[in-house]
Amino acid sequence: MLEIKNLQVYYGVIAAVRGIDMHIKRGEIVTLIGSNGAGKTSTLNALVNSVKKSGRVIFEGRNISTHPTHKIVREGIALVPEGRRVFINLSVEENLRMGAFNNDENFERLRGRMYELFPRLYDKREQMAGTLSGGEQQMLAIARALMSEPKLLMLDEPSLGLAPRIVGELFEVIAELKKSFPILLVEQNAFAALSIADYGYVLENGIISLEGESEKLEGNDDVRKRYLGV
Amino acid sequence: MDLSTFLQQLVNGASLGSMYALIAIGYTMVYGVLRLINFAHGDIMMVGAFLTYFAVSFKFPFEAAVALAIFGSIVVGILTDKIAYKPLRNAPKISLLITAIGISFFLENLFNVLFGGVPRAFSAPEYLSKVMHFNGIYMPVTVVIIPIMTVIILASLLWILYRTKYGMAIRALAFDIPTVKLMGINADSIISIVFALGSALAAIGGIFYAVSYPSIDPLMGIIVGLKAFAAAVLGGIGSVTGAVLGGFILGFTEIFVVALFPELGGYKDAFAFFFLILVLLFRPTGIMGEDLERSRF
Repeated sequence: MLEIKNLQVYYGVIAAVRGIDMHIKRGEIVTLIGSNGAGKTSTLNALVNSVKKSGRVIFEGRNISTHPTHKIVREGIALVPEGRRVFINLSVEENLRMGAFNNDENFERLRGRMYELFPRLYDKREQMAGTLSGGEQQMLAIARALMSEPKLLMLDEPSLGLAPRIVGELFEVIAELKKSFPILLVEQNAFAALSIADYGYVLENGIISLEGESEKLEGNDDVRKRYLGV
Repeated sequence: MDLSTFLQQLVNGASLGSMYALIAIGYTMVYGVLRLINFAHGDIMMVGAFLTYFAVSFKFPFEAAVALAIFGSIVVGILTDKIAYKPLRNAPKISLLITAIGISFFLENLFNVLFGGVPRAFSAPEYLSKVMHFNGIYMPVTVVIIPIMTVIILASLLWILYRTKYGMAIRALAFDIPTVKLMGINADSIISIVFALGSALAAIGGIFYAVSYPSIDPLMGIIVGLKAFAAAVLGGIGSVTGAVLGGFILGFTEIFVVALFPELGGYKDAFAFFFLILVLLFRPTGIMGEDLERSRF
């Protein structure tokens, strides 16, 4: 479904991502784990072309490497950005409306589904998104991305700064979403990510140092030492 | 000052304030999305007045001329963005500001060269030139019509900003351009909408101005534009309601200071800048404004 070939991202002369290949199949959660500064966020930003990059990105057989960001999103790739980035000066409901900007006819139906998925958002639908807690903002950011009915969902560090209990809740929802579309999950929290993923890539200094089925990665000594803290 | 004079001046102030408010909105909205003081904005008002003048002299009915002028000003506004500002989206803000000043000079001098700098008499249709009087108050129809029209226009603008998805995108853009793009929204077309709305309002302001002070010239936009800018800062740059408030405060002050102290009449253009200095000294974010950079996240 999504194929990434020799992706490179440079900030000036500094290489953040140095030629990686990835593959995401239908019905899968694929996770990209790695420590801070390994190039995870750069990879996602490169996929939606919000940073300069080279390499090829093929989505459903089409080369979308040079599409501007908004066209890539219209092709069916939704990104929940790092730090949630909800529109703090818009209400919860307006945030959802923005997510469905190109999906007018399904807005009301999807809005209902989002409120079922995240009942807490329904209670706060008239509030400015800036007044929500971190966990609620993350739910809103995911709901907002789902409003476009994406074919592929990409999540950038959804667990960042959230209490463990909230992370658990959130990851249950993410695991559930896999039934509808494949997910690319970027996480520093390797333990949580590998527990719901089917396949994993380990990014180190801008290159993929290891990849494989998530159970295998969970069993790998190197991964256990470095990322799972065992 | 007796009651009838007071009422008369109140209406005059509302009328002048309306013009400042209409023009100030364009400054504040463009600032909101691009962090740019679009100094060419005052000249769009001049373009609106001139286009109306030409359309009328080509025997168009006044209403059609107004519609044409608004449309023409929207085109000029969008083109300045596409040609001059868009290539500088990632450039330092100061480059953008200097470009805006350049566009302002360009528009003023273009009209000067093409049509001459001699002020032209602007002939409003008869129904707008009438003077009404009741209970000893005499006032031109325009000073009543202008505030009413302005209120209707402002209500429509607020409806667009708060009830349509395009308005929501404009508000979202003011805080976070990259994330707006992640919604599948073409940020550049939203920015074009902002320029279109601002230019339409400036053109309407320019037409109101031409009807009230029936003479137009290519440099008419400079001082009115600068005052509207001062009004936008006074109200809080980035805030639409603030721009309206600032415009009306400025309009009322100008009218009332001159009415109460006629000897200060010669300084009436200075009040706006007096306010501007006070605001910058004591409350740089203006009346309604907030620190956009700080409240961003």
